[in-house]
Amino acid sequence: MTEAKQKVNLSVDNKDNNLLSIFTTGIIKENSIFAMALGLCPALAISQTFESAFGMSLLVVIVLILTNATISALRNFIPGAVRLPAYIIIIATEVTVINMFVDAFALDLSQALGVFIPLITVNCIVLGRAESFASKNSVGKSIIDGAGTALGYGIALSLIGFFRELIGTGMIKIGVLLPLPFEFILFENWGLSKYALGIFSQPPGAFLVMGIMIAVIAVYKNMRAQGGKK
Amino acid sequence: MDLVLLLISSMIINNIILMQFLGLCSFFGVSTKVKTALGMGAAVIVVIVIATAITYPLYHLVLVKYNIQYIDTIAFILVIASIVQLIELVIKKFSQPLYKALGVYLPLITTNCAVLGVALKVVATPQSFPHALVYALGTAMGFAFMIIIFSTIRIRLETASVPKAFKGLPIAFITTSLMSMAFLGLAGLI
Repeated sequence: MTEAKQKVNLSVDNKDNNLLSIFTTGIIKENSIFAMALGLCPALAISQTFESAFGMSLLVVIVLILTNATISALRNFIPGAVRLPAYIIIIATEVTVINMFVDAFALDLSQALGVFIPLITVNCIVLGRAESFASKNSVGKSIIDGAGTALGYGIALSLIGFFRELIGTGMIKIGVLLPLPFEFILFENWGLSKYALGIFSQPPGAFLVMGIMIAVIAVYKNMRAQGGKK
Repeated sequence: MDLVLLLISSMIINNIILMQFLGLCSFFGVSTKVKTALGMGAAVIVVIVIATAITYPLYHLVLVKYNIQYIDTIAFILVIASIVQLIELVIKKFSQPLYKALGVYLPLITTNCAVLGVALKVVATPQSFPHALVYALGTAMGFAFMIIIFSTIRIRLETASVPKAFKGLPIAFITTSLMSMAFLGLAGLI
């Protein structure tokens, strides 16, 4: 009896490990932005402030989970020859629905992100996950994969937004765009705004922050690879 | 006259890559050789102009008439996907080398956000059909212009002694940042 129970526990553990690895691969090893350089346009365009980047991340998480689940559920009904157009239509429909939700409940966010909400449709990550994962795996796994990938994307996006707003204005405002019941400013009294570099809030700063962050990650990876050899 | 101004401003001043951040995936992906950059630039010009020439009347004659503007994203992406398929067939028929060079990136124009982005932006602001077309042409030319300039810089970058961590993509971003800074200086021109 106890043995059987242990076995069940073990198999559950194994399964968890498997799902966990699906989840973390998207966050760390195959991070869409830093490792694969996918989905760059929104990452640079709406990372002007931390909050817009965070709002975009939330939307991408919702969209990616939804599309991965739908496409995975329909994977046996879609003929192989027309699968890409079918995926794009599914994604476009769901993005349109999300867009209307955002218009209705978070008008400020919708105005800040502008054309980049409908453009989630053509975000390489969404179609990429649909084609490379959701079309071959079960619904549960696809949802976890979608959540992991989107979370990795969201973390990268929020980091870029954080640094750009901090360096560009010297403070981080929260509660301006998202419909939150409170509003506060991080680092308000640190006096950093005296040293703010406005260029980081402008387009050149986006490219600069992105380049430096990829370089930092490359250094980290090199160090780990060298450490591994020793 | 205002059409000329619109062409210049959409091509250089509000450059689609440096100022609006659209089409970056192909900008960084296909700019490693001048030849492929030329091909990609030409393909994007053709796709964007044809796509706008179809989506603009589609929006105003069909979607507005039946009051279903909210499905613009779905309708436009269908139009764009079909046009890209068509152009792919044409290039495959007439220029095998170009087809081989563009390879995987040609179908990816469908998911190039520049195309859908321009189509959506054109109908978001009320303007006449000629203005929309000129805007689309200028934006697409701006994309081609930037990707060709950038590919020539990138050839030099390959032989430059760059710190190890910055090799490849990071230095490409830093270079783009400097280009963006230079073009920011033109902001007040018109």
